[in-house]
Amino acid sequence: MSLKRPAKNQPENFEFNTSSLEAAKTIIAKYPKGKQQSAVMALLYIAQRQNDNWIPLVAMKYIAKFLDMPYIKVYEVATFYSMYNLSPVGKYFIQVCTTTPCMIRGANKLVEACKEKISENELELSNDKTCSWMEVECLGACVNAPMMQINDDYYEDLDKEKTLKIFDTILKGETPKPGSYRGRINNEPENNRKTLMDLKNA
Amino acid sequence: MLKDQDRIFKNLYNDLGSDVVSSQKRGDWDNTKSLIDKGRDWIINEVKDSQLRGRGGAGFPTGLKWSFAPKKVGSRPHYLVINADESEPGTCKDRDLLRFEPHKLIEGCLIASYAVQAHVCYIYIRGEYFIEGQKLQKAIDEAYEKNLIGKNAAGTGWDLDIFIHYGAGAYICGEETALLESIEGKKGQPRLKPPFPALIGLYGCPTIINNVETIAVIPTILRKGGKWFSSLGREKNTGTKIFCISGNVNSPCNVEEEMNIPLKELIEVHAGGVVGGWDNLQAVIPGGSSMPLIPKEKCETLTMDFDSLVAEKSGLGTAGIVVINKDQDIIKCMARIARFYKHESCGQCTPCREGSGWMWRMLERMAKGEATKDEVDMLGDVTNQIAGHTICAFGEGSSWPVQGLLRHFKKEIKERNKFDPIIKENKNIPYLVDQHLLDKNA
Repeated sequence: MSLKRPAKNQPENFEFNTSSLEAAKTIIAKYPKGKQQSAVMALLYIAQRQNDNWIPLVAMKYIAKFLDMPYIKVYEVATFYSMYNLSPVGKYFIQVCTTTPCMIRGANKLVEACKEKISENELELSNDKTCSWMEVECLGACVNAPMMQINDDYYEDLDKEKTLKIFDTILKGETPKPGSYRGRINNEPENNRKTLMDLKNA
Repeated sequence: MLKDQDRIFKNLYNDLGSDVVSSQKRGDWDNTKSLIDKGRDWIINEVKDSQLRGRGGAGFPTGLKWSFAPKKVGSRPHYLVINADESEPGTCKDRDLLRFEPHKLIEGCLIASYAVQAHVCYIYIRGEYFIEGQKLQKAIDEAYEKNLIGKNAAGTGWDLDIFIHYGAGAYICGEETALLESIEGKKGQPRLKPPFPALIGLYGCPTIINNVETIAVIPTILRKGGKWFSSLGREKNTGTKIFCISGNVNSPCNVEEEMNIPLKELIEVHAGGVVGGWDNLQAVIPGGSSMPLIPKEKCETLTMDFDSLVAEKSGLGTAGIVVINKDQDIIKCMARIARFYKHESCGQCTPCREGSGWMWRMLERMAKGEATKDEVDMLGDVTNQIAGHTICAFGEGSSWPVQGLLRHFKKEIKERNKFDPIIKENKNIPYLVDQHLLDKNA
């Protein structure tokens, strides 16, 4: 089990803005009447997006009221799932996969790069307060190992040098190009394709 | 090697585009009505004839699973749920299907929904696959626009709505009842079975849960016939399967191949061989991290299907092959997997919640050579206390890889962790219980 703690400094108020409110209503409509509790995961996610990548306690209370469910149930969900950030993580949140398939292809080099460029410790904001990093469990892109995720995008086939370059870009406030950094196309075997050759050459 | 015309996923590498028009060119949505017109029993029988087994890990026969759904819809509606919460280390096949073959999945959803009489289908995608989810949503929107799903879907007279539900980073939600809890807006902790979800599932209604790959192969099976599918592979292990080959190989990749293909062919032909040559191979995890590893000697002749791997005391699981060569420390590799399970345990059952942490800490010490001889057997004991004593299969999933390590690499562990007993060696290891005996004043 993983342990998560809410941040010490909590804001006073939280309310969905217009676009969040609209998104929340479309999501609730996906579920049968009376089962609006199903939307809690999506709503927490919307709150996280609206509030610079993290969820304050007031947002949980707001969502509990919004969905007519007990606050503790929202708190339970928010602390159970690992993708909800309960304290500020910065505009660019870097998640480095270090599970075995990535580990044996050198994920520790990516962690080194994070320590050099971003911050000494996990979940610690960088000097300019724009980014932070953490080690995560398998992100499901094992044939593209080692890889990391920055916000929604996957950065694949990395090494330390390429990772440092990506960090330079985000520290300038730009979003680097996602995908493979060895120039390979999706998940095909690099320079060794033996299947579906007609389609490749078509 | 499987012939290209027998491959189901022609767009696995996105040579052709994943939008509805390109998908239709490849044969998706080709007169879906004619398949559904043949009736529920024909569909289920054809799937039974194909001997298709679930692609999510457990390998349960799909046709049989569908036949568990109640024959008549009572007061409670039926649901179809697609499990796209792919998080087993070593596995990344569903990601490509969501990105590049979404219409095969959506068409499969329509056929499966009709077969189990569901009007609503939820696709549960892991939260990290946000981009993939958006691509699938785009494909769903296209399908609605072309009236392929929605009211009177594809002219079949069947109404179907498909919704995406995002997870939020919990491995355990790949377990089917935890997944249902998660859709209901709760913590993802598995339910006791029975009752099985086919009778009491989502919101207490009959629910059929299938993996993405299982559903995505259904339309092709029905078009080409169950006989065609069962002619590939061997008895009870039929058809094609997407293998993900990762780890210490020269060109890691996803590839669709026939069941029962030799492991050596997958690694040498498709993945460009082991880094440092075949002789540099140490071990292979054949089916995602929860399946026990297989040492090199056995890899020479091993074929990849459900039953032949069970005979080797392992399993095909999700067919995520992780190749580990001799440059890696095998104990460290397995300690990292144990850490994964320690992190992902949902905390509901004590043996798993506590035991997964014990296994991780013991393995970390064994990797450093800080454990005693006795502890090697003690570790085996811990795994036996977990497996079979938990609500869901996570207990087995977390202890099998450790058991595999002990089965094949006990010698290596014992060589590294020699000292016995601790007091004679006079080593200062503060967390051992008999440490006080080292204190000279005592």
